[in-house]
Amino acid sequence: MKRILVAVKRVIDYNARIRVKADKSGVETTNVKMSMNPFCEIAVEEALRLKEKKLAEEVVAVSLGPKACQDQIRTAMAMGADRGIHVLTDTELQPLAVAKLLAKIAERESPDMFMLGKQAIDDDCNQTGQMLAALLSWPQATFASKVEVEAGDERRAVVTREVDGGLQTLRLRLPAVVTTDLRLNEPRYATLPNIMKAKKKPIQQLTPQDLGVDMAPRLQTVKVEEPLKRKGGIIVSSVEELVDKLRNEAKVL
Amino acid sequence: MLKARDPSYARVEDNDIRFFRGVLGDTGVITDSTALQALNQDWMGKYEGKSTVALRPKSTEQVSKILAHCNARRLAVVPQGGNTGLVGGSVSLHDEIVLTTTNMNRIISFDEVSGTLVCEAGCILEELDRHVGAHGFTMPLDLGAKGSCQIGGNVSTNAGGLRLLRYGSLHGTVLGVETVVADGTVVDMLQTLRKDNTGYDLKQLFIGAEGTLGVVTAVSILCPPRPSAVHVTYLAVPDFATIQKVFVRARQKLGEILSAFEFLDQQSLELTLTHLEGIRNPLPDTQTPFYLVVETSGSNEAHDYAKIEAFLEEVMEEGWVLDGTIAQDSTQTAAIWGLREGISVALKHAGAVYKYDLSMPVADMYSLVEETRERLAGLPVEVVGYGHLGDGNLHLNISTKKYDENILRHIEPFVYEWTAARRGSISAEHGLGQMKADCIGYTKSHEAVKLMGQIKRVFDPNGILNPYKVLPQSVSADSADAVAA
Repeated sequence: MKRILVAVKRVIDYNARIRVKADKSGVETTNVKMSMNPFCEIAVEEALRLKEKKLAEEVVAVSLGPKACQDQIRTAMAMGADRGIHVLTDTELQPLAVAKLLAKIAERESPDMFMLGKQAIDDDCNQTGQMLAALLSWPQATFASKVEVEAGDERRAVVTREVDGGLQTLRLRLPAVVTTDLRLNEPRYATLPNIMKAKKKPIQQLTPQDLGVDMAPRLQTVKVEEPLKRKGGIIVSSVEELVDKLRNEAKVL
Repeated sequence: MLKARDPSYARVEDNDIRFFRGVLGDTGVITDSTALQALNQDWMGKYEGKSTVALRPKSTEQVSKILAHCNARRLAVVPQGGNTGLVGGSVSLHDEIVLTTTNMNRIISFDEVSGTLVCEAGCILEELDRHVGAHGFTMPLDLGAKGSCQIGGNVSTNAGGLRLLRYGSLHGTVLGVETVVADGTVVDMLQTLRKDNTGYDLKQLFIGAEGTLGVVTAVSILCPPRPSAVHVTYLAVPDFATIQKVFVRARQKLGEILSAFEFLDQQSLELTLTHLEGIRNPLPDTQTPFYLVVETSGSNEAHDYAKIEAFLEEVMEEGWVLDGTIAQDSTQTAAIWGLREGISVALKHAGAVYKYDLSMPVADMYSLVEETRERLAGLPVEVVGYGHLGDGNLHLNISTKKYDENILRHIEPFVYEWTAARRGSISAEHGLGQMKADCIGYTKSHEAVKLMGQIKRVFDPNGILNPYKVLPQSVSADSADAVAA
């Protein structure tokens, strides 16, 4: 493969406390720790491993959103990606618009593989990879737990995916879209020398206008609410009381 | 090795049990041998007590009644918190009654302006941190055992831990304690004042007294604001002399945001990777004798990151740091801390361990590890060194399959003498417990120890509180003045 593009998304760190905005329009993101979406990190790692096995020549990290997304591109480059592409926009990004932007970038860059996390931990959409494959009319392998290039035919990828009750193995012609699942790999730590080097790697900046993509939202967020607080448990003193509560309060018996 | 039972203590009789049941109810008195086992065994599996009864009071008043009874009857008592101590201070030697604070776990108040938390002794450190965290504060101490250690035990051992470098010791952050002394008198010193110069600061005596002067039943503690930006780096350093240079530079460059400066040697790393599941080597391609965990805590992500980068660029350019990583997200942050905090757990998994917790000038620290390693060459042991470098606190650990007197003879008193020769402390943060009660003289003068004995007898004239611990028996016993003279 000549080139792998990897999409990386800036999301609220998985460990940060999520606070719903007072007007219920979304969640608070100011002064909250942001990180790369963990599934995207896995995608970056996999692309780098393919490169290290000499199965790919170049890995390019792509991120869309506000200026701060460059932090995540830098992280990908500190892990080993060769360069970055940043589409600068402050508009709310929805899966279809993201897929369209990525498709335009794919047309410019002609990668052999476009890797994405299977979903982002903020909106849990799990749509972008599939939409991207459809827009490009490329084959797709989602939820990858193993990614290989077929021996003897470097124009084909062999991808194992986790499905209910087992594993499914797909063979697909390149270029293709691959989305990554949790057990594919364990991402590396970015080492200091590579963090320093990453500062000198180029990030190309584009806008949605440059790519001619209509960003108009297709979805409207009606309301964001916190899950109901879990009520504390109680200790019952006898089996009779337990049965009584299950029957008359919980009404499950 | 085990000290003989002091015959002046009474033995628990049926009448005593009846009395305890009357005060605590049936569920507050444990006599079942299976349930007692967990309370008789220390965390490392090194010390095992023979208590036949454990008491679980729910209030200070109950503690008071129990102690008044025990004092009158001359029944010895061992106060116990989360039982995570490392010097055998929280388990009995013989048949002392275990008094556990587990059921005293109410949070009494939290002041969101000053950050002052008032709570009972049995509250678990991690739960307290979660509680104050919800208000934007953090506990001023953090240690590996946070998931099970209790604040009363932390205060009684004057636990140090990972953030001492930043927030100082409990002698500064504890604003007040409530304690019950041996005759059952409740001494309420549960102030929440930062400044209070009225008379002797008695609460300080209970911080680090290991339950020998009184049972700490509640504490008030000052919590700093929770840092919103935390960065953790893991650095590979070629030798111990260089670590000190990196430390000096870190203090200069990171200033007020530096919150931890920990070191571990290659042996600690390998032992942890071998014996603890789920721990990854952050720098699999780099082999070097020493690694550092350097943490910053501040309030501005971008500002802090710029400082760290500038610091790291300098130490890399100087050639002091060979390789390293900055945690990019909280998963990596947790993984790096998991490695550092996991050393102690890995040592436990590896078998028996002789633990030494020493304070000394930073420059001397690692020479002791190397000399110990030389002394023990040929014996089936692994000598590892790690610790809180920023506080001059070395954890020297000798790991082996089984506890063995022959190995111990090679370590003690060598380690204590070596430390004393450098005016170090033989217990930086673990306390003396039963392990080092007779060794206090290596660090404290004869006059100081004698005065401690006098203080002990003021609070506990019958010596019922945590006997055989902290001070040599000759000092804490009634006749000590005569003996010492």
